[in-house]
Amino acid sequence: MAAVTGFDPKAEVHGDPIEIPTLACGAMANSKPFAAGPAHQAALGFPGELVEDWHDKAIFRLGELLENSRALRVYLDSCVKCGACTDKCHYFLGTGDPKNMPVARQDLLRKVYRRHFTWAGKVVPWLVGAEDLTKDVLADWYSYFHQCSQCRRCSVFCPYGIDTAEISMAARDIMDTIGMGQKYSNEIIGKVFSVGNNLGLPPKALKATLAGLEDEIEEETGVPVKLPLDVKGADVLLVTPSADFFASPHMEGLIGYAKVFHEAGVSWTLSTYASEAANFGMFVGSQENMKKVALRIRKAAQDLGVKRLVFGECGHAWRVAYSFLDTLAGPFDFLDPAYPVPQHICEFTNDLIEAGKLRFDKAANDSFRLTFHDSCNVARASRMGDAPGGQFEIPRAVLRATCNHFFDMAPETTREKTFCCGGGGGLLTDELMDVRAKGAQPRMRALQEVAEEHGVTHMAAICAICKAQFSKVLPMYGFDREAIVSVHQMVSNAILLTGSRQAEEYDARRKSAG
Amino acid sequence: MTTATAYEVNGQTIDHDEEGYLSDIHQWTPELASVIAKSENLDMSDEHWEVVNFLRDYYEEYQIAPAVRILVKEMTKKYGKDKGDQKALYALFPYGPAKQACKIAGLPKPTGCV
Repeated sequence: MAAVTGFDPKAEVHGDPIEIPTLACGAMANSKPFAAGPAHQAALGFPGELVEDWHDKAIFRLGELLENSRALRVYLDSCVKCGACTDKCHYFLGTGDPKNMPVARQDLLRKVYRRHFTWAGKVVPWLVGAEDLTKDVLADWYSYFHQCSQCRRCSVFCPYGIDTAEISMAARDIMDTIGMGQKYSNEIIGKVFSVGNNLGLPPKALKATLAGLEDEIEEETGVPVKLPLDVKGADVLLVTPSADFFASPHMEGLIGYAKVFHEAGVSWTLSTYASEAANFGMFVGSQENMKKVALRIRKAAQDLGVKRLVFGECGHAWRVAYSFLDTLAGPFDFLDPAYPVPQHICEFTNDLIEAGKLRFDKAANDSFRLTFHDSCNVARASRMGDAPGGQFEIPRAVLRATCNHFFDMAPETTREKTFCCGGGGGLLTDELMDVRAKGAQPRMRALQEVAEEHGVTHMAAICAICKAQFSKVLPMYGFDREAIVSVHQMVSNAILLTGSRQAEEYDARRKSAG
Repeated sequence: MTTATAYEVNGQTIDHDEEGYLSDIHQWTPELASVIAKSENLDMSDEHWEVVNFLRDYYEEYQIAPAVRILVKEMTKKYGKDKGDQKALYALFPYGPAKQACKIAGLPKPTGCV
């Protein structure tokens, strides 16, 4: 695995999260993900290796993308080099490599666009920063478009709203089209098609895992909480990242969802066919693959005859679900129109809290002094609930309802200005650990500030990638590995299920206290 | 662009991928596990073997490695709460009980948001 070079996270953890680094030209030029092998490429309909006429094919594909997306053309045309974005990317702040400035990343594609798709670039390329697509440029693309987590923080600060994520997606689409795919994302998309989820978790294993969790919950609470699978006629289909069936603290969140459904008395089910919420088709910018993944959710909802669609804690899944699901796999007119399609699990839980239908013993979370990491795709590419900013307020409301000690991090690092965890957008792979560790620096510094100021011990998140990334990088920065928690893990710890041992003890305590 | 090479065990070469996971999981042997562990700077203790054997049994039954929580539960059953929790597993396999232990057990790498 790639070592973290020339960078000591424990020494870097103190400081201003948005401090501008000293420039380090070319520092990250050697960072690149493993290439997708021929089998992984073929499963997605991409050539297995770099095609012979790669140059012409790449330019042709760029032309197609421009035809299909007016936005892409506007993004490539409208940059005035004002510099507002230059210090806004976490990978730039962490690495100092100027090619990680959003404008420089965009220019990698923009210069080729200008050469082939603008009059001036065709005639006087040297005057307008137009360049040919050479093997060197292609190598830069592969390296630096895989140092963008498509988190869109830069676009918040761009006066024209240029979205670097869209440009990165386009570049990755072009590279896939000419046979330069990335192993991590493409292997995973293939697993969704063949097994049903990113993890490659077969139905038998999923069933056994859920049964094991049911036993655990009953042992803990005395209440037979179920995690139903493939139940026809259930009201709610819960679609959640497969990491919830495997990793920690993801699975602790899943236990929380199950307890909430149980206490609400809502019939629900998971699906083996749609056992994945995350949609990596977005990472590689492939509409076609994104659609294929999304259609699995539609099919599962129809086959099971559910009335509602709820998504578990997953950032990019929620972006695709909230912003694109209807376009990709709609219309969902067969679902109950009384409920939002789709609904976020945080919204589902918060509605019940507001209606007074859930009881909590907040003291059960007193060993947690919490902060909340806004996951980038939830924060900047979606909403939650029916009020603007719901994606910020609802998860915090759930945490405040379940914990006594909650403190926000610095405002320039939260809500719409939140920093990516450092592992989003298809970068959560071990060979990219160097850029992942460095990209986490702004968030780790913000966490360090609240740890010192308020004694914060834990950070909650609602994205499977954030949870996995922080489990890896927290110890590098001197924090506890288990300092990252799921929002519904906090719900799970504090919820008082009717008839549970915890509820009885709580009520007895209250009674004796008078 | 791949950098695949191979492990050497008893004069045999066993191919692995860029990250050290076996290309053909059927080629795994206990001797090979020790060789893989060495390349990860680990010496196999009884506790390491306990984890590796559990992973292999689980994989044989379910075609996937067990969730970390399931592994923790199993180890807690065996060694008690102090020596069987997640921290103890990370002490055994510093790069993570799922990924590093799977590699040594000759199983495919768990993929996704994990």
